[in-house]
Amino acid sequence: MVKEDEQKGVLRSLDWLTIAIYVALLGLGWMSVCGASYDFDQAGDVFSFSSRSGMQIVWIASSLLLGVFILSIDERIYESFSYVIYGAFLLLLLATPFLAHNIKGSMSWIKIGSFSIQPAEFAKFGTALCIARFISGFELKLNKFKNLCVCAAIVLIPMGLIVMQRETGSALVYISFFLMFYREGMPGAFLFVGVAAVFYFVVGIRFDEEPLLNLPEVSLGTYLVLTGVWLFSSVMTRVYTTLRAPFWWMFGGGLLVIVASFLFAEYVLPFDLNYALLFLVVLMILYLLYLALRERVMQYLYIALFSLGSLGFFYSANYVLDNVMEPHQQDRIKVLLGIMDDPKGVGYNVSQAKIAIGSGGLQGKGFLNGTQTKLKYVPEQDTDFIFCTVGEEEGFVGCTVVLLLFLALIWRLIHVAERQVYRFGRVYGYCVLGVFFFHVFINVGMVLGLTPVIGIPLPFFSYGGSSLWGFTILLFILLRIDAGRNRLKKN
Amino acid sequence: MADKDFHLEKRKYVLGGVAFVVILIYILRLFSLQYMNEDYKKNADSNALLKRIQYPARGAISDRNGKLLVYNQPSYDIMIVMNEAVGIVDSVDLCSSLGITMDWYHKRLDEIRDKKKNPGYSRYTQQIFMSQLSAEEFSSFQEKLFRFPGFYIQKRSIRQYGCEQAAHILGDVGEVNPDDLERDSFYQSGDYIGKQGVERTYEEKLRGVKGTEILLRDARGRIKGSYMGGKLDQAPIPGKNLTLSIDMELQDLGERLMKGKLGSIVAIEPSTGEVLCLVSSPSYDPHLMTGRQRGKNSVELSKDPMKPLMNRSIAGRYPPGSTFKTSQALTFLQEGIISPTGTAYPCSRGFHYGSLTVGCHGHGAPLPLIPAIATSCNGYFCWGLYHMMGSHKYKDVQEAMTTWKDYMVSMGFGYPLGIDLPGENRGMIPNADYYDKAYKKSWNGLTIISIAIGQGEVCLTPLQIANLGATIANRGYYITPHVVKEVQGEPLDPKYTEKHYTMVNSQNYNYVVEGMRRAVTGGTCRSANTTMYEVCGKTGTAQNRGHDHSAFMGFAPKENPKIAVAVYVENGGFGATFGVPIGALIMEKFINGKLSEASEARAREFENRRISYGDYAR
Repeated sequence: MVKEDEQKGVLRSLDWLTIAIYVALLGLGWMSVCGASYDFDQAGDVFSFSSRSGMQIVWIASSLLLGVFILSIDERIYESFSYVIYGAFLLLLLATPFLAHNIKGSMSWIKIGSFSIQPAEFAKFGTALCIARFISGFELKLNKFKNLCVCAAIVLIPMGLIVMQRETGSALVYISFFLMFYREGMPGAFLFVGVAAVFYFVVGIRFDEEPLLNLPEVSLGTYLVLTGVWLFSSVMTRVYTTLRAPFWWMFGGGLLVIVASFLFAEYVLPFDLNYALLFLVVLMILYLLYLALRERVMQYLYIALFSLGSLGFFYSANYVLDNVMEPHQQDRIKVLLGIMDDPKGVGYNVSQAKIAIGSGGLQGKGFLNGTQTKLKYVPEQDTDFIFCTVGEEEGFVGCTVVLLLFLALIWRLIHVAERQVYRFGRVYGYCVLGVFFFHVFINVGMVLGLTPVIGIPLPFFSYGGSSLWGFTILLFILLRIDAGRNRLKKN
Repeated sequence: MADKDFHLEKRKYVLGGVAFVVILIYILRLFSLQYMNEDYKKNADSNALLKRIQYPARGAISDRNGKLLVYNQPSYDIMIVMNEAVGIVDSVDLCSSLGITMDWYHKRLDEIRDKKKNPGYSRYTQQIFMSQLSAEEFSSFQEKLFRFPGFYIQKRSIRQYGCEQAAHILGDVGEVNPDDLERDSFYQSGDYIGKQGVERTYEEKLRGVKGTEILLRDARGRIKGSYMGGKLDQAPIPGKNLTLSIDMELQDLGERLMKGKLGSIVAIEPSTGEVLCLVSSPSYDPHLMTGRQRGKNSVELSKDPMKPLMNRSIAGRYPPGSTFKTSQALTFLQEGIISPTGTAYPCSRGFHYGSLTVGCHGHGAPLPLIPAIATSCNGYFCWGLYHMMGSHKYKDVQEAMTTWKDYMVSMGFGYPLGIDLPGENRGMIPNADYYDKAYKKSWNGLTIISIAIGQGEVCLTPLQIANLGATIANRGYYITPHVVKEVQGEPLDPKYTEKHYTMVNSQNYNYVVEGMRRAVTGGTCRSANTTMYEVCGKTGTAQNRGHDHSAFMGFAPKENPKIAVAVYVENGGFGATFGVPIGALIMEKFINGKLSEASEARAREFENRRISYGDYAR
């Protein structure tokens, strides 16, 4: 009787909205797999189990069963057994390269009967549970350096093991846990510095060779980075210090320099605008140092150091890329960032992906009518490049619906995580939404040619059992924990 | 208990906001890719859609009696898909079925693989292995085709000829050249286009309209079926059939008669301007210009010193000789220089003026116009021209010359007549400017006297001579000669129905007709005389560096003429030697539909008469 009551309680307090989004995404995902694996020649049955769309039905059905199974288990075991689960996954990840067979250089797939599974996809929830348990274990402050180090270790160990399986993409997903750290109190500056570094590196190198508008001698990459340094520093001055005047001096003066130098180069004498910007940034650093001395406020010093560090990082990254790295390493990075054309490799994928999506137009070509994806112009179209099929067959409208559904999922998960009574649930919730966000951010960005090409699946869309099961487990454990929140309150 | 740190809880907005911004950027990016930019759509289409052209059947060509002359015959290209064939096919068996050597087989495979020679090479798509096999060559291969995986057949059509004659009229087709491609977007590399003859002039009627079939092609270039179920495909529209005005039996006779001789026969139906036969000798068998051997044969023919590829009937420039005197008589009559019966000019074995002499043969003198034409008196026409050039009617000799030139042009000389065949020559009619330049303005009728007898600067094409005959037969007008009588389902170009009147009125033509009739009954053309119908004719014996050219221009019957003929035999001697008898045979054949036994015997005799050209070979 008690059991039944409990089950009723779970059903009543289950977050049905998240489940609705999940089901909607699964449905759209299945349609995309149909589109991507359909062959004009063998215009066969999309439900046939010999086709990938047919197999995807099996994965979807088994995922739903898995979800129901997870919901029927008492959520308290996750917290109790989190370290055990984490440890078990570490062992599995450690063993994987020895058990795995090589698929395109990746040593991450273990064959069980006629199916292959990828432990890396499942290790995410183990890691999430472990870190949630650790953080919720005692009154932990994440602004303490030692605690941060332990947290980082929990994340970095599975990450390293996955890198060893040559699945860099899957490993990078673990970076998403830092979003949760941020929510749990990691100083925002950490995150900000990390984001800024990525921005400097990606933007600076990606657009290094491209000119600024009609001024051929000005490197757009350097221009954007220097503008970024100026803007970040000005805004930080506004946010972290109390005096208003320095911000206006820095922001207004900077704007004046930028506009004036641009007009001068455009109408009087063309010159490398980056010298003007470099001059501006150096001037700003000196001003900040002066303020630090005058006001005796450390924030000014930190901001000055940030600006100086930014310059140092950007120019040394450029130097390392150009002078330290071997040519083939340079090429890999350049291809990854979309600077170099590589018609046979990654560059081909991205350009064909853009063609497929672009050709979809506003309304798309219709279900099963996409030519680019069906005629195999886009490689890996049913796994990592599945979003192309959405773009080609469902057009801008379909893509927008899919992206908004993902946004809705992430927002809903924030809401779900925030309403957790225990910190364990909240931390786990943020881990889950972080993983989803990272996958969507990188996967869709890669297909659209905006982020580097990192081969990770699009949740609920990419073909395959392992990733679908992995995402389902991740999500449904959260839903189960969430469903138990009321009972915990009552007790 | 969960520690509710409200400062930290605010961070959920930062995270939610970051997600929002990322999704927003992606949506904007999608908008710019999918809505703002059409390039991707074009790229996608050129990726995936293969527009395969469906070739229309080229129009057939038949003669005026409905005999099929040119039609399409299927030929077969043998295609190979390297990926499927190499290493699998029993190459010994293959070579024996195709009648090729192993060496050739391997060489050919290397050629196909060579991207320099074959830029569109792909292992997965069909490449031409052998082209233009005839049905016979192909049939034994087809039986065994199932044993050769990776080999396919592509049907094409090539021109086939139902006759061995009329090569110059029919012309030929060949692959388009870069100029054609640039000039007309209809063509693509490898297409066929009319190169000569009516194949060229009626190219746009014959070629039809291409159809397209849109196919889906995958990333490896393999065809994956038709796009949208073939909804956008367009069926080709076949080309239009042509009916020639040529009578193939007459053409055949003409070509037989001209065997072993250089020159031309042109016959025109005066009332319509339809060309009945257009013989240029030497000719060649049109079969040589089709199929795989075309290139080789074409080079050989172009190297032949006798220039068989040149269509002498429209591109050859010849002095018309005495046939030209008819045009002079008409001009002098119309201008009142001579009167039909009153004027008689002396001729004592020629025209003598001071030290200038234009020779003539023996005949009674002085003569009036009609017998002068009949006997082809040089003296008469020289005096005529002399008087015209010196006439006080005109301000000066230049004006006289200009008037003369206008008459000539009105008779269709000096400019291309506009026949529907490529390569027509305009001939040569000098004008006052020409002589002013040549003689530094100091010239008179005597200077240019030889043009009166169709010598000197004057040059006509055989077609222009025949057209002169047609104009006289019509008593004063001609219709631009043409070889195509009908384009299927279309009215004839008005250019070929319009009457062109000369500057001479029809009464004056009657005197010339009478003169030409007298030439047949009792003058230079006696051998053309027959009791069956009244023949009118004029011989020509044109002097040139070598042996004289033999020419004849005439028509029959005298009333309601059915045929006008010009015969020009290079170095054939007197007009009466070759011109007249050949012209007579052509007239008989056309008017009676057949030759009498005696005529048939004569035809055979002429067929076997050869003229030795040697040094005069042109």
